[in-house]
Amino acid sequence: MLTLIVLLPLLGFLLNGVLATRLGGNQVGRSFVTVVGCGLPLAAFALTVQALFELQARGYAPLVETAYRWALIGGSEFEIAFYFDRLSAVMTLVVTGVGSVIHIYSVGYMAHDKSYGRFFAYLNLFLFFMLLLVLGRSLLVLFVGWEGVGLASYLLIGFWFDDLANARAGKKAFITNRIGDAGFLLGMFLLFHAVGTLDMDRINAAFAFTGASAPAVSASLVGILLFIGATGKSAQIPLHVWLPDAMAGPTPVSALIHAATMVTAGVYLVARMSGIYLQAPEASAVIAVVGVATAFFAATIAVVQTDIKKVLAYSTVSQLGFMFLALGVGAYGVAIFHVVTHAFFKACLFLGAGSVIHALGGEQDVRKMGGLARRIPITFITFAVATAAIAGIPPLAGFFSKDEILWYALASTSGGSPLLLLVAAATALMTAFYMFRLLWLTFLGRSRMDHEVEHHVHESPWSMTGVLLLLAMLSAVGGFIAVPHFLEPQLPLPQVSEALHHLHKPLLVLSILLALAGLAGAAYLFGGAPDRVEALRERFATAHRWLTNKYYIDELYERFIGQPLVWVSDRVFLRLSDRIVLDGTLNGLGALGRSSGDALGRVQAGKLNLYVWFVMIGIVGALLWSWRHV
Amino acid sequence: MDRTQLLLAVAAGLFALGLLGVIVRRNVLVMLMCMELMLNGVNLSLVTFAQQTATTAGAVLVFLTFVVATAEIALAIPIVLLLVRDKRTLDLDAYSDLKG
Repeated sequence: MLTLIVLLPLLGFLLNGVLATRLGGNQVGRSFVTVVGCGLPLAAFALTVQALFELQARGYAPLVETAYRWALIGGSEFEIAFYFDRLSAVMTLVVTGVGSVIHIYSVGYMAHDKSYGRFFAYLNLFLFFMLLLVLGRSLLVLFVGWEGVGLASYLLIGFWFDDLANARAGKKAFITNRIGDAGFLLGMFLLFHAVGTLDMDRINAAFAFTGASAPAVSASLVGILLFIGATGKSAQIPLHVWLPDAMAGPTPVSALIHAATMVTAGVYLVARMSGIYLQAPEASAVIAVVGVATAFFAATIAVVQTDIKKVLAYSTVSQLGFMFLALGVGAYGVAIFHVVTHAFFKACLFLGAGSVIHALGGEQDVRKMGGLARRIPITFITFAVATAAIAGIPPLAGFFSKDEILWYALASTSGGSPLLLLVAAATALMTAFYMFRLLWLTFLGRSRMDHEVEHHVHESPWSMTGVLLLLAMLSAVGGFIAVPHFLEPQLPLPQVSEALHHLHKPLLVLSILLALAGLAGAAYLFGGAPDRVEALRERFATAHRWLTNKYYIDELYERFIGQPLVWVSDRVFLRLSDRIVLDGTLNGLGALGRSSGDALGRVQAGKLNLYVWFVMIGIVGALLWSWRHV
Repeated sequence: MDRTQLLLAVAAGLFALGLLGVIVRRNVLVMLMCMELMLNGVNLSLVTFAQQTATTAGAVLVFLTFVVATAEIALAIPIVLLLVRDKRTLDLDAYSDLKG
């Protein structure tokens, strides 16, 4: 059954990829693509629910299903096996559930695209690899999925590849991820060397031993190497640069891949390998610090972005930072909880943004929006609910998960500290601020649209608004799904220091106050006269310039990594190595052959007497030589 | 200088004379004749050595050489005839068509 869950989207990819182009872009072809492209993910979702019931019936003993023996090298077996436990169940439900509704949304969003079939083929391919990633038992299978989702992401970011900028963004995502993958691979090699298996449940079990039977490898080293892989996939500092550019893809792609599922693969990896991280306080500390730093810096950038999707992209980076903060302080279940709630509200936000872009005929700049609330009410309401959810206003989904992260950032005995809480709280405040800013600029206030655009504003079709309503509902009530509690038998929550226990309630109040403060700040600045924002911007002109340019990190990479690489490639590899050494050697050999041919050709003058001379010289020489040597 | 040495010297002289002729002359027929001279020089030395060691192998080999030389001339003269019919000259320099 698990195999079937994984294979159904692959079947969709094959059918859509092979047949859709044959059927053509007519009505029949499109209906076929729609049925296959949406039906198979839904079937996978249904099967996942069934698998969950089976898991429950077995008393949550993990389901293991070996699909195929990949290789047998010496005594080491490499199997494609699927592993279904509480953690996989949560992730698979999110992937197939949110994935399916985004497929349905795409029916409306991509309706007029000429590459309709190709789009669904890629989406199904993505789903296949993502399911391989979350269901794989071995790190090797996970890695195949890991690379596969990277490929699907590349294909979908550059979906409209006739615009060079989109193709570039896809390339950037792919290459940045390769850097992380190098760390991931090294971590895998070390683990295999030390533990002798790549099955993740066995690795976790091996690291539970201490003393003589413990694996002969530093848990922190392995942890940090795997985390490097996670920083690439989940866009953490310093490999976060690809995610904002990835917004070049169609909006459903941003929602599915770059918000709800693929970018959380890093979080899943760390949570899945929690057995290692429990033994690696140093690696955990690194994760917490990187996470909170990413959350903070991405949030500051999001405050000044003017592209609706870029704001959401930086918000995603920031929220992923929150998840890593939770992982770093040992609250693995809470991190997965935030993955789930984030999947709901961020998918809703992206799809809402897609609906706005759809309504405005492709406009993404919030400075040219405003006053859309009355024109597209369903989009507005759902967007507002999701905004409140991410800002952390109770009782919506984001409030619960974010509050728990803040609490464990302070109180966890495995790495919690007031400093982490301080930065995280500041980030939460900014999150509320920039999200309500976005809401205000897009939907409220006076209209700043062009007259032509304003005339054509229309609400999206039901396939889009229905999905928005569903996701908004999930964003509203998703917080009541007790994910950390469900996962606790597998991923225990960290110990909380007793001395801080009395702070739990004040912290709850604080997180509500932060959300409301963000709301109030945004309302004051953007709800009132425009000169308030202008005055603020002029006062902090330098800071504003740094933020709009994203701290010049892209430029920094370009200057210190990109350009030296280009220089080395041009001067050393192209001019010296390729042209001088390689070409020089070959051309030199050719010239040698040619000139020696010219010289020897003169000997063949056609003069018989000369030949006889040579024969004589040869004979005499041979005689002399044999006389000397015999 | 005894007889053997004298005969060998004559044989070497014949060979050298033939070789010199092949090298310096341009006339195809003369060159063929010079090659016969070289063969004769070799034959003479073969016979001399056969006499000296009192074996018959050398003498037998001489007969073989005669047969080969006859066959060779029987082929070479028609070739020369054909060449002359083509270019109307016996000068070897006219036949350098195959030079590289």
